[in-house]
Amino acid sequence: MAELVYNKDGRLLFTKEMKKEYTILMPQMLPIHFEMFRQLLLLEGYKVDQLNNDSRNVVDEGLKYVHNDTCYPALLVIGQFMDAIKNGGYDPHKIALFITQTGGGCRASNYIHLLRKALKKAGMEYIPVISVSFGLESNPGFSLTVPLLQKLVFGMMYGDLIMNVSNQVRPYEQNMGDTDAAVQRWISELVSRFQQGKGMSRKAMCQIFDEIIADFEAIPVDLSHEKVRVGVVGEIYVKFSALGNNHLEEFLLSEGTEPVVPGLTDFMIFKIYNRVVDVDIYGGNPAKKALCQFMMDYVQNCQHDMIHALEKSRFRAPGDFEQLRQLVQGYLGEGCKMGEGWLLTAEMLELIHSGTNNIVCTQPFGCLPNHIVGKGMIRALKDNYPNSNVVAIDYDPSATKINQENRIKLMLANAKALAARADEEKAAREKAPV
Amino acid sequence: MSYRIGIDIGSTTVKVVVLDDDNKLLFRSYERHFSKVRERTCQTLRSIADRYSGQDVKAVITGSAGLGVSKASGVDFVQEVYATAAAVNTYIPGTDAVIELGGEDAKIIFFGGALEERMNGSCAGGTGAFIDQMATLMNVTGDELDRLSMGHEKIYPIASRCGVFAKSDIQPILNQGGRKEDVAASIFQAVVDQTIAGLTQGRELKGKIVFLGGPLHFLMGLRERFVETLKLDEEHAIFPEDGDCFAAMGAALCATDFEAQPFDQILEKLEKSQSAVTSVDTAPPLFTSQEEYDDFCRRHNSQHPPEADISTYVGDAYLGIDAGSTTTKLVLIAPDGGLLYTYYHSNLGNPVSIVREQLEQIYALCGDRITIKGSAVTGYGEDLIKNAFRCDLGLVETMAHYKAAAHFNPDVDFIIDIGGQDMKCFKIRNGAVDSIMLNEACSSGCGSFIETFAKALGYDIADFAKLGLFTEKPVNLGSRCTVFMNSSVKQAQKDGASVEDISAGLAISIVKNAIYKVLRMSSADDLGQHIVVQGGTFHNDAVLRAFEQELGRDVVRPTIAGIMGAFGAALAAKELHLEQSTILSADELARFQHTARPVTCNGCTNHCSLTINTFDGGRRFISGNRCSKPLGGKKVQNPDLMKYKYDKLRTMSGKGGGNGIRGKIGIPFGLNMYENLPFWYAFFTALNFEVVLSPESSRKLYLKGQRTIPSDTVCYPAKLLHGHVESLLEEGLDTIFYPCMSYNFDEGISDNNYNCPVVAYYPDLLAANLPDLQGKRFLHPYFGLHRPKDFEKRAADYFLQEFGIPKKETVAAARAAYQAYHAFRDDVYRTGQEYIAYARAHDMPIMVVAGRPYHMDPEINHGINDLITGFGFVLITEDAVSGEMDHQTRTVLNQWTYHARMYNAARYVCTQSDMELIQLVSFGCGVDAITGDEMRSILEQGGKLYTQLKIDDISNLGAVKIRVRSLIAAVEARKSQEQSRDDARQHTA
Repeated sequence: MAELVYNKDGRLLFTKEMKKEYTILMPQMLPIHFEMFRQLLLLEGYKVDQLNNDSRNVVDEGLKYVHNDTCYPALLVIGQFMDAIKNGGYDPHKIALFITQTGGGCRASNYIHLLRKALKKAGMEYIPVISVSFGLESNPGFSLTVPLLQKLVFGMMYGDLIMNVSNQVRPYEQNMGDTDAAVQRWISELVSRFQQGKGMSRKAMCQIFDEIIADFEAIPVDLSHEKVRVGVVGEIYVKFSALGNNHLEEFLLSEGTEPVVPGLTDFMIFKIYNRVVDVDIYGGNPAKKALCQFMMDYVQNCQHDMIHALEKSRFRAPGDFEQLRQLVQGYLGEGCKMGEGWLLTAEMLELIHSGTNNIVCTQPFGCLPNHIVGKGMIRALKDNYPNSNVVAIDYDPSATKINQENRIKLMLANAKALAARADEEKAAREKAPV
Repeated sequence: MSYRIGIDIGSTTVKVVVLDDDNKLLFRSYERHFSKVRERTCQTLRSIADRYSGQDVKAVITGSAGLGVSKASGVDFVQEVYATAAAVNTYIPGTDAVIELGGEDAKIIFFGGALEERMNGSCAGGTGAFIDQMATLMNVTGDELDRLSMGHEKIYPIASRCGVFAKSDIQPILNQGGRKEDVAASIFQAVVDQTIAGLTQGRELKGKIVFLGGPLHFLMGLRERFVETLKLDEEHAIFPEDGDCFAAMGAALCATDFEAQPFDQILEKLEKSQSAVTSVDTAPPLFTSQEEYDDFCRRHNSQHPPEADISTYVGDAYLGIDAGSTTTKLVLIAPDGGLLYTYYHSNLGNPVSIVREQLEQIYALCGDRITIKGSAVTGYGEDLIKNAFRCDLGLVETMAHYKAAAHFNPDVDFIIDIGGQDMKCFKIRNGAVDSIMLNEACSSGCGSFIETFAKALGYDIADFAKLGLFTEKPVNLGSRCTVFMNSSVKQAQKDGASVEDISAGLAISIVKNAIYKVLRMSSADDLGQHIVVQGGTFHNDAVLRAFEQELGRDVVRPTIAGIMGAFGAALAAKELHLEQSTILSADELARFQHTARPVTCNGCTNHCSLTINTFDGGRRFISGNRCSKPLGGKKVQNPDLMKYKYDKLRTMSGKGGGNGIRGKIGIPFGLNMYENLPFWYAFFTALNFEVVLSPESSRKLYLKGQRTIPSDTVCYPAKLLHGHVESLLEEGLDTIFYPCMSYNFDEGISDNNYNCPVVAYYPDLLAANLPDLQGKRFLHPYFGLHRPKDFEKRAADYFLQEFGIPKKETVAAARAAYQAYHAFRDDVYRTGQEYIAYARAHDMPIMVVAGRPYHMDPEINHGINDLITGFGFVLITEDAVSGEMDHQTRTVLNQWTYHARMYNAARYVCTQSDMELIQLVSFGCGVDAITGDEMRSILEQGGKLYTQLKIDDISNLGAVKIRVRSLIAAVEARKSQEQSRDDARQHTA
């Protein structure tokens, strides 16, 4: 039985002993990516379980333990943990919890503290919480080593690519379920390659990208009718997590549209880039800046590999980080970094520029950064791109699905009207004598 | 001839129309569905079956509740705003904008230019349901409300964002004798403001505007408010004859694109879908058997005061009055607590006349046998009633309730009172109120909420409550505010939940709201061992049962749960041990007269809405004031550091020590400027700019910028910025400086020194949303003042590039600016010390008001500082004492400068016996959701009371007063206990 060890501030540490004995629980956000991360951590000798509980009790537990003026993602993540601890059949003395900590001025950087508060409230302070962050809290039994980080970056790239191509195939597949089967197949394929130590270099990754793309291209599709594309942007958790956004992607599919969901890579680059910008704007250690620049370049190169692979295929390729950064000039300063910061607006711009005018901007109710970078920028987008069609949807424990869906339906009806008007204008232009 | 049928199923009504080939309206109906959505729709269609049976028709459903019906039945659906747009295009071409208010939705459509269609967000109550609620609150019908509004003389500012907020604004106006006519018009004005603020989001409403939807169709007063506010003439304000059915007509028009089907087949589809089973999120039943219910009733009915009979009783009696927000309660008790007389009734917006009637009644019943030896009043209307009838004592509600609860259970350690409009919970420790929690604006889910719902569904409240007792599957409706519950109910209705399920579900949701939202408890043990529940809402057995179920513990509900406040007041009156009560005698009562007149006080910038009550032609009572100024005599001013800082900052405009040759530079007085103005003022004047500060914040200034606010749920201090920048532009300023700042000053007491995202980046938002800034020089660079050397360099580059200022000059100005900033901070600290010394020399209590720097703005704090000093406190702010404590790791992330100040101030207060702390929190402040809990735990661990005041665009000083007075009462109770303990110790020694 691992001993409970505390640091000088009284924080319970995750020890090397615990690494052997404990199962680490990981909340759900992006099923493809997180499964990949889990596998990579297993290879490092951690015991990791992915939580997939999503019953009403998750919300109820969240409400019990989290101040419900706090953002919805905190409530859901902590609710998911508490529900799993109480009902998941775990020995509470043999588990630890993983939670990401991005730091920064958004209240989201408080999740880890809220989680500890919740554990205390429930009388389970003995459960260690592991921060997954860059240097915010350290634990003897867990560290993000450079090789592990590098692997996680690869995992993220695979996740982004699979998500990207599957989103482009699923709405058109001729045999229902083909796409999801391919996704599952590739997850287990990648896992087994990881286990053999394969797929963990850029060169190998590029080859696998081609394989994945070819495989998805081979799925029989009906492309005779192009579907309305709907972009999904927003606060990172509700943007990606089906639990957080009431299964938004499924809903968009059921409405006969093609969801376009920008991936996780840009967010990662964004978070690293913020440290570079901070030094530029406010001053600071140039060595740190150089290190961040180096990390950023590495991930960007991986992103370019992915974009390149997609450009060779029949699939649409997303813009790269540098493109996003250029697009947002004139809207927000580069120093706007809390939460999703300027990246959120940049993603909307990239969507509009690549022909996806219809966008659902998701956010937890009362999300502070999104007042600025989400809702705050829609006016300017509309002024500059009259055909842009953005609907902001709030998510929260009691916001009802029907209200959210009705507003999305309005956006979709708008999309039709805007498309019809564009056609009319086009026809009028063609008719007009030159 | 082919017919097209449009069916619009909204949250409260079903509209059905039939159009012919020429788009002519052949049939229309508009009916309330009382949540029986499918039944009502089928009924209407059956009523026209004789006309269309056997024919092929095209039918389309629209509306918020129509989506579910469409899915279940397979009848086609179009989104209602889209349908409305289609109808307007067809019937009223040339329209520029449409405003449609529905039961629970508000929509706006802009034609011309880019088509934009928008609906209210999830937190927006200015709709039909909101008007219904307000009418219920005033005890009038919708039509009466409309008629009343036409006779208005003045408009009160009422919160427009949310129904719950508005309620707490209206209540004090009514209770203080404001005219119903004025309140009615103010309610409509609130709806107008909400629509403009919430939906236009920066796009101007002009040209030909069409008004649609039920409320705008039926309520002339509402129309008038819209027309007046938007300054429209007859040509530009269109109210179509069938405006209430436009969405249905649009649906019928859209039906053109769909397949025709036999009418009977459509009807059949709809009828069949009635029995479709869908899944609803349910909770366990309240009672599973009649016996269980009987046991429950027996247990609770055993808690009652001694029997007494007014017709035979001879002796002394004590009168207690609880002038609550919606109800007035009176009790007359014998010395043993026996009830001689009780009264509980809705105050119908006029508590004075009710108390008068009741007093007359009591005098008649008492005859010569009974003598009233004492009288006390509590509740919202306390001051008014006390003055009107010369009661002996006024006491704060929390004390009244504690006295009453202790009568039933002397060991009581937790009391929860859910009334019509508010919820009060307090812990009792060592015989004193120890911790007070009141519902906040966004968490009200109280008695009147169920009542409004019952009415909307066509039931009497008592019957409605009973409906849910035995249902097997109460719906789970969530636990947030009224607006959310409305939509939760809508969803449940869609999913086929019965009225019984909804009744039980509402009771459960109120309880969850109380436990998780107001109390934020995770288990029954957090509350206490001896829980007494009271307030009219607990007479509802469903609510009481749900409460016990949720806690897993039996609680005490006295049979007089609804009148506990009055009962406690009567007990307090008894404890006065008076020889004779000063209350108006029967003769005086017969001559009693009361008139109320609204006026606006112009004594200071608060511009309080006062009500001047005159009794018996002579005696006067003024209510609605924050300070003593309008009461005649001089405003007594205790030392107030908030005011000191504010006045000092306001002087920072002009050329200062410079010559101003570089021209004028405008600075909006808001958010981070409250902290940094001394810095920037010194900086720019040193560079020879003339600094022009935007005017003081006011409601008027807010309204000036309201139309450009993109996010309705952002905090009020941020919203004010729009008005500040507009004002600077109006003054002709071409250059405005307002920097973005991720970081704040590092004061060494936190792990990092962030600003919140809104404070940090609002300048970027303004640049993107204020059309008037186009072509102006709006400078909003990213600066960090936390690293002086780096700032010098960056500023030197920036101002060289922007104004061609030599780098040396900028560097010198920056140094002067840092000096000025630190001098200002030192001055605040020194002055704080002086005030503390003053308080101690005069034996006055000290209140530390903790918040953010901009909370010193009188428009943001609504004069709360005056109210606090008016209670005899010396007021200092958190930043005056935060430096007294060092850095300490907290259980939450301590990385915001303002938070760190508050935490330190709270820790310091715990070490000072003569200091108390109140935290000001702006509604919608996400980061204060974190600080609130942390502040509470610091203070409670330090043996102090935690009091939080939530503030928004409108002030509800009634609620603020209750909190401050409860705090004072609790502090006094604590002191007197310590005193008696000390005495006892000395005695034994």
